[in-house]
Amino acid sequence: MAAAIQQAPAQPILTLTQIKKSFGGAHALRDANLDLYPGQVTALIGENGAGKSTLVKILCGIHQPDGGELTLDGRSIRVRDPEHARQLGINVVHQECVVFDNLTVAENLFVGNRPKKGRFIAWREMRTRAAEILRQLDVSFSPDMPAGQLSVAQKHIVQIARALTSEARVLILDEPTAALSHREAEDLFRISRRLRDAGCALLFISHKFEEIFALADRYVVFRDGTSVGNGMIAGTGSEQLIRMMVGRSVEQLFPKLETTLGGELLRVENLSRAQEFEDISFSVREGETLGIYGLVGAGRTELAQCLFGLTAPDSGSIRVGGKAVSIADPADAVRHGLAYVPEDRQQQGAILPFSIAANVSLTNLHSLAPRGLCSRRRELELANQWIAALGIKATGPEQHVGDLSGGNQQKVVISKWLARAPRVLILDEPTKGIDVGAKSAVHAVTSAFAQRGNAVVMISSELPEILGMSDRILVMRRGRVRALLDKSEATAENVVQAATDA
Amino acid sequence: MSTRKFKGLLRWESMLALVLVIEFVSFASLSPYFLDVWTLSDATFNFTERAVIALPLALLIIAGEIDISVAAIIALSSVAMGLAAAMGVQTSGLVAIGLSTGLAAGMVNGALVTLGRVPSIVATIGTMTLFRGVAYAVLGDRVLKEYPQAFSVFGQGYAVGALSIELTVLMVLAVVFGLFLHVTRWGRSIYALGANPIAAKWSGVPVDRYRFALFAVTGLCSGLAAVLLTSRLGSTRPSIAQGWELEIISMVILGGVSVWGGKGTIPGVLLAAVVLGLVNFGLGLLNVPGIVMSIIVGALLITVVAIPVIAERWWGRPATVGRKA
Amino acid sequence: MTRMMQNSAARRDLALGVIVVLLLASVTAAFPQFARPGNLAEILDDSAILILLALGQMLVILTRGIDLSIAANLALSGMLVALLNKHHPGLGMVPVLLIAVAAGTLLGAINGLLVWRLKLPPIVVTLGTMSVYRGLIYLLSGGTWVNDNQMSPQFLGFIRYELLGLTILSWLAIFAVAAFAVLMRYTVLGRNLYTAGGNPSAAAYTGIDPGRMQCIAFTICGAIAGLCGYLWVARFAVAYTDIALGFELQVIAACLIGGVAIAGGIGTVAGVVLGCLFIGVIRNALPLIGISPFWQMGINGLVIVVAAVLSVRRREDKRAILEAQTA
Repeated sequence: MAAAIQQAPAQPILTLTQIKKSFGGAHALRDANLDLYPGQVTALIGENGAGKSTLVKILCGIHQPDGGELTLDGRSIRVRDPEHARQLGINVVHQECVVFDNLTVAENLFVGNRPKKGRFIAWREMRTRAAEILRQLDVSFSPDMPAGQLSVAQKHIVQIARALTSEARVLILDEPTAALSHREAEDLFRISRRLRDAGCALLFISHKFEEIFALADRYVVFRDGTSVGNGMIAGTGSEQLIRMMVGRSVEQLFPKLETTLGGELLRVENLSRAQEFEDISFSVREGETLGIYGLVGAGRTELAQCLFGLTAPDSGSIRVGGKAVSIADPADAVRHGLAYVPEDRQQQGAILPFSIAANVSLTNLHSLAPRGLCSRRRELELANQWIAALGIKATGPEQHVGDLSGGNQQKVVISKWLARAPRVLILDEPTKGIDVGAKSAVHAVTSAFAQRGNAVVMISSELPEILGMSDRILVMRRGRVRALLDKSEATAENVVQAATDA
Repeated sequence: MSTRKFKGLLRWESMLALVLVIEFVSFASLSPYFLDVWTLSDATFNFTERAVIALPLALLIIAGEIDISVAAIIALSSVAMGLAAAMGVQTSGLVAIGLSTGLAAGMVNGALVTLGRVPSIVATIGTMTLFRGVAYAVLGDRVLKEYPQAFSVFGQGYAVGALSIELTVLMVLAVVFGLFLHVTRWGRSIYALGANPIAAKWSGVPVDRYRFALFAVTGLCSGLAAVLLTSRLGSTRPSIAQGWELEIISMVILGGVSVWGGKGTIPGVLLAAVVLGLVNFGLGLLNVPGIVMSIIVGALLITVVAIPVIAERWWGRPATVGRKA
Repeated sequence: MTRMMQNSAARRDLALGVIVVLLLASVTAAFPQFARPGNLAEILDDSAILILLALGQMLVILTRGIDLSIAANLALSGMLVALLNKHHPGLGMVPVLLIAVAAGTLLGAINGLLVWRLKLPPIVVTLGTMSVYRGLIYLLSGGTWVNDNQMSPQFLGFIRYELLGLTILSWLAIFAVAAFAVLMRYTVLGRNLYTAGGNPSAAAYTGIDPGRMQCIAFTICGAIAGLCGYLWVARFAVAYTDIALGFELQVIAACLIGGVAIAGGIGTVAGVVLGCLFIGVIRNALPLIGISPFWQMGINGLVIVVAAVLSVRRREDKRAILEAQTA
């Protein structure tokens, strides 16, 4: 399990010193320091919002740092753009899907780098080289396949394969196994080790500790845009790492209130939707918080969206408050007492150019304007009510939601739904990308909501959150329920094991 | 919306109002007849029919869609009315036919977008070609002129003094659309739909129903414009209202409606309609051929859309969220 | 080659090809003279300008744009060289062609720069430039026409000159088709156009500027429109403000019929050519069948609508497992 301990080489190949970066008023990186050594895998650990993605974007030339220095081979450099990064030998496998659906797999591997015969593209060579790389990765799809027909996991592999098409001196893997099966992840690690042994410096970003301990030689921990610790993996343990990541003990973060459980509020039976999830059954009681854990691709968001009426199930039933309901669209869902706080609060949850008041009233137009005519006064009153209730830091109800911090934006989205007095609140990654202080505020709100005799369904990929806030945990894997654990029996190990077993 | 946005809009509409005043003053000084109430009344015909369509089109664009087939719908409705008139149908029947043809055409657009899931640009390029094509196919190079005398009241009649029926219709519609958009909760949903269709849908707004309705209403108003225009001209050619889609869209965009959706007001669109209409009228007075107007309108359209971008570059104000949804 | 990729694109093109052939066959069954080589050459000649313009428009649509000003560009460039020829009939064909292309390129570049630098939506930009360019024709010509007797014989004759049974105009179209086929398949520029159109944000990650690709597309499209300006004016032997009025819709129709996706990233040269031939065959068949040419527009519109609905349906069927969320 422990990684082979390498002799520490004399010089790091790539060094970041005191990197700073802000967007608008928000500091993404305050004082980032990082050394990457050739022939070693360095794990970059940190919570969401700690600055890891910003760091990656700076390394591959998408953003320029506001301060600090980058050094490659001892020389100070500036990475102008992604093409330049590639020329410098810095390759990134991004978290987002950087794959072109309309091109073949082969062409995807060589975008920006196409093999040529004179001035013309050499398709045969492209295909042959692509086939070779794909064979090394032991994949089942052909280089001639249009990338649009691949699954999310396969598209991820294409991205990884792309990084293998040029000489990589530095390879950055940004949450690469998010959508991979156990076996696919193993293949990835096998290739990573081979690259490492060939002298490449790998930066491995992940929050899965079992992978970190299996693959990495060193670690760097980020918190709130600053590097707070680094060292050799062999000399540390996950508790220590979590403490560095989080900066405070776990209990403080998760202010879960004691609730009395009442009758069954939501029951889902054998819910299935082709290619998304299958045979899902669970129930949630009044006062209960059900956590849903799983990797990306497990089908959790798809399940939530089906419950909320955004898609229709192929079979199965839903009962709210004991009554069987059919939910054809979000309006139906809302009518039956459901509410859904989506994963992407900026694109899906809130309307950024609108004011807080306009956002909060959007779901409450029926009650605010029963005869059709809107009243500004009532709208502002409602907004002020919730600003106070949730402690939203804003200049007033007229402030644009786009100007608020991530945590406050999320509070606005939650307010919008709470104002409707739902019975079941479904939250999809509610504290993703939110700073630690706001996280606990959001948790306090959902816990209070449950305490009032309602039900909370919380989808999350953050283990501490799931373990800290749930009464029961539903673990999904590849569209199916793998485990349903009570909080007294749930541990980080058995939850993760249920989520990742092939 | 918010006070900041309100101030922003005021700035735009004040600018338009200022332009309007300048126009008035310029034309009045160029021609002594300009300030005559009957001259002014004549001038209104340069924008009333187009503005009748600009109003629902503004709502449609605010909701994040577009409809370039509006002028073709005018042609289709006009041809339908002309054929009916030739068969002896009387005024009330003609109006019914004109309106229902427009409504049906609008519903075709709505169905293509909501059911066929065709992007509105493509759908309305297609229907624009189709509707205009049907008009040409049916009429060829004929002209239809057999309208009953009573029919001319819509386009040529007056309600009170120099206040034309067309202008009256426009004013009523302006009030209706203005109240609907700015005061009712349905108007609020339309803004949300345009600003972020996903968030709107996921907040329970029945987005497809709104889209369909907006296309249908736009078609209906195009039919209404067809009634007014045909009644005013007294004849129907397949080329009727050719090029109007550009002028109507320009009215909407000049009026401060954002092409990205989610922003715009009815007063702004009305002001823009009057501004453009007066320019048209003024050029006519100066004997400048209509095609010069199209240079002005085209340039204005581009300028108006470019201003917020350039303003953002120079003054670093946060941009409107550039969307692709 | 890339067999599987060509499967979906090739299947579509093949289906369209079969349709065109069937169309041709059915008309020929009723009117055998339709398939006479001379008549087929005439259909090609008739469709040549549409083919050229559609190839240019394809580039624009591939990169998620649309060019409504293409016909106005053609008309303005055409009027320009017609006037030039009227006043300087001695000027040879080379300057005429160069000036036509240069004018078109400039007009196209204006579209491109507005879209790239100011990030303005192509539909609005080209609606605007469409009317500005049309208006400029009037200013340029003072509203007068240039008639065939005011055009030099060289000006008129150049495109009509026959080589192996086909006119220079037809050969130009054939040459353009070949050039574009090579461009789109074998050059980095061509592939980058597909890449930028398929996923603009991802393209930025790989060092391709999607805005710049759009600008290039508009400029090339403009250049072709400029050339076609001369071709049109010479073919129809007349130049006035309203030439090719509304033709942009036929061009877009040809692209859509040919399988170019309005969402960008998808489209083939073969498909576009077939789309043009489809329209061309119908246009030439109508008078034979006795349907008034006034039906052309309506048929085009119907075909656009049907093609659009079918293309959307096709794309939605291909849902990858657990695909990322879209609107």
